[in-house]
This record gives sequence, structure tokens and C-alpha cells, in this order.
Amino acid sequence: MGKKFISSIVGLVAGAANGLFGSGGGTILVPALEKCLGVETHKAHATALAVVLPLTLVSVFFYLGKGQTPWGTILWVSSGGVLGGFIGSRLLNKITAPWLHKIFGIFMAAAAIKMIF
Amino acid sequence: MAWFLYVLIGLASGVISGMGIGGGAILIPALSIFCGMEQQAAQNTNLMYFIPTAAVALISHVKQGNIEKRSLPPVIILGLAGAAAGAFAAVRMDGSLLKKCFGYFLLAMSAYEIFRREKKGGTQNRKNEGMRNA
Repeated sequence: MGKKFISSIVGLVAGAANGLFGSGGGTILVPALEKCLGVETHKAHATALAVVLPLTLVSVFFYLGKGQTPWGTILWVSSGGVLGGFIGSRLLNKITAPWLHKIFGIFMAAAAIKMIF
Repeated sequence: MAWFLYVLIGLASGVISGMGIGGGAILIPALSIFCGMEQQAAQNTNLMYFIPTAAVALISHVKQGNIEKRSLPPVIILGLAGAAAGAFAAVRMDGSLLKKCFGYFLLAMSAYEIFRREKKGGTQNRKNEGMRNA
């Protein structure tokens, strides 16, 4: 199969998930770029970001059209998020470890089960 | 005091984003479970929050030449179609059904985080991975 075909499928799946669930495009793209398209690991995250940003702009257009936009919440969450991102980028350079991913994976699974039932 | 909870949730998901786990995996369930926000509104909040943070991170990545441009065009073209279709469906779905579907998606992502294996050695530069992403 051609690389262009695989790239298109990867884009389609990541875009659909990101639009439908409002998240997860990057989570799909990073391993897909690495494994299916041979993008180097340290470039995969940045490249995924360059893909997900335009996709998000398109998706947001539909969400805004529906009129469900809690502006106040977005403002508070974003201000916390910017600060958290800054802290995270300093802190996690030193302490990121496989077990940290597993712990958060367990938190995510618990939240997922709560949302399903 | 609701704003305090929102800032706290944003803070937590911001830190998690630094690990290379999507911040939405924390932000959306937290807004839904702790704040009782409707699923579409929670997802919209994550998308809106992502735009400025990603834009800032992207500028520094472009400057450092971290973007693999050759791979981009086909991924983005079909990606845009998928993004439109996914969002079109999301805003028309019943909120509680979407919440359930999101739960299954989150469960799959959690399995990936729990069971993934760390690559050891090789030529790839692991310490640069994921740390500068929003």
C-alpha cells in the first residue's frame, strides 16, 4: 500500500475521533506517525500537533454552531491549563516514568467505567 | 467557588499534557463527573482550550524544525474531512449516548497507557519526546 493511502486513513481516523470525542486525535496520531509512516519519535509529537490544530479549528466550528459554548468555564479551565502546561513541561522532564503512565491509565479507566455505566 | 474547581481541573490536565497523554483524557471526564457538565459542552471546552495552547507550542516546534512536513498533506486533507464529519455527528447525538461512547474510547486509550511498552535504547531520542506539547 502506498504511503499516501496510509497517511490518508490515519488522518481520517484521527480527525473523526477528534471531532466526535473532542479529544484523542493526538493520542492516535503520535503512534500512527511513528509506526505507519516512520516519523522519528521526537518529531512525531510536534507533527501530530501541526495536524490536530487545523482539525480542531474545523471541529470547533460545528460545536460553536450548536450554541453549547460555556465561555466562562473555557476561560477558567484555559488559565489553569496554561499554568499546568508550563509546570508540567519543567517537572516531567525529570520525573516522567513508565509507572506514571500506568497510574494515569488506571485513573482514565476508572473514569471511563464511571461514564459508561 | 465553581471557578476554582475549573482552574484546578485545567491545571491538572495541563500537567498531564506535558506527559504526552492528551489533556482531554483528564479534562473531559473531570468536567463531566465533577461538574455535571453536558458531554458536548465538555468536549467543546477541551477543543477551545487546545487551540491557543497548541498554537503557542507549535510556534516553538516550527522554529526548532520538529515538524515532519513531508507527511503532512494527505494526513491533514482527509483529517479535515474526518474532523468535520465527527463534529457534525457529535453535536447531533444525544448527550448521554455520546458520554457512553466517549467512555469506551477513553477505556481504549487507558488500556494503551497501561500496557504500552517503553522502547529501550535505539537511535531515537526519547528525552525530547512529548515534553513540549500542550
